[in-house]
Amino acid sequence: MGDVLWVFVSSMLVNNFTLIMFLGLCPFLGVSNKVETGIRMGLADIFVLVLTAIAVSFLNRFVLVSAPYLRLIAFIVVIASLVQIVEMAIKKLSPTLFRELGIYLPLITTNCAVLGLAMFQTSRGYNFFEGLAFALGGGLGLMLALVLMASIREHLDLASVPSVLKGVGFVLVLAGTLSLAFMGFAGLFTS
Amino acid sequence: MTHATARDDLLKGLWKDNPVLVQTLGMCPTLAITNSVENGIAMGVATFFVLVGSSVLVSSLRKLIPNEIRITAYIVIIATFVTVADMVLQAVVPVIHKQLGAFIALIVVNCIILARQEAFAAKNTVWRSFLDAVGMGFGFIIALLLMCAIREVLGNGTFLGHSVFGPNYEPWVIMVLPPGGFFTLGFMLLAIAAWSRRKAPRPLRARPHDVTLQTQKAVV
Repeated sequence: MGDVLWVFVSSMLVNNFTLIMFLGLCPFLGVSNKVETGIRMGLADIFVLVLTAIAVSFLNRFVLVSAPYLRLIAFIVVIASLVQIVEMAIKKLSPTLFRELGIYLPLITTNCAVLGLAMFQTSRGYNFFEGLAFALGGGLGLMLALVLMASIREHLDLASVPSVLKGVGFVLVLAGTLSLAFMGFAGLFTS
Repeated sequence: MTHATARDDLLKGLWKDNPVLVQTLGMCPTLAITNSVENGIAMGVATFFVLVGSSVLVSSLRKLIPNEIRITAYIVIIATFVTVADMVLQAVVPVIHKQLGAFIALIVVNCIILARQEAFAAKNTVWRSFLDAVGMGFGFIIALLLMCAIREVLGNGTFLGHSVFGPNYEPWVIMVLPPGGFFTLGFMLLAIAAWSRRKAPRPLRARPHDVTLQTQKAVV
């Protein structure tokens, strides 16, 4: 139980997917304009991450034992089809939600966070529950980073900054500052 | 195809449409593994190999791949090349392979590669796609090396392991830590924005928001 909790907190704060491990930066830079879209994207991320963690732990347990060199191809195909299935299911069950998530769902396939989760889960040998905690924590961490960045950028849009600073460059500098702050969490587990 | 377009295909990736510095694609490896020049070279070469290989294969199969499943087909092709690159690196430079760890596998989801397949290789001849991939690959290597050089020299006082400033240099440790990656790339992009503004002061409207939009479209 302690292990599961540790994995959860560590993947959310200490090793935040976006700010410390640099996973899932494309949506972080692309769709962090508004807090609302940030939350939605984060929820979609959490959903796909958890599904992936479950699929990956089954793959590792039952399929890839005999063919480890197929790992990467198996992961990416499973993730891509998973996202496709989720997309079709949402389209059928709730067209409103589908319209709102729209572009973000297919984007998640190429989100490095999802494949990164699968690779790290494998290389660290997490079991089923640790994998789940890793996915949940990582997803919440992604959402936290997205929402933090989006709220900063909403304020930035209203402020009168020099126009040369209104670009990806400045967002990266801001992300650096956030990352610096998140490094402070490294002290949580020293004892 | 005239001579001029062939040269254009090759050269546009180096600077004008540099995948990292102008299109802001492929951020994850650019930030994550650029804390030493060695890692940067290995990552750049591996990505270059995957990009060129999959561009050639995708463009030669472009009439056979059905439109509905094209993305999946591209990803399987890319993943195959990445597996090859992964095994070769493991055999040739095991130490660097260990340092890069999962980030070799993450070449699969490097948006640069998928974007080139979708935007170029799927519509053009094998030769043009090859030139495009070579140009973009070199552009990526250039950007990686710039990042690596700045971060390793400032953060560690070394270049490829050789001391640059002598023993009295107090390294800026932050530069090799995660925030340093964000800061280095951020200030580089700011410098480029300021420089291109100075060169062309008139069109003030097409600015980074449009760039991010384009990036998203390319990824979708």
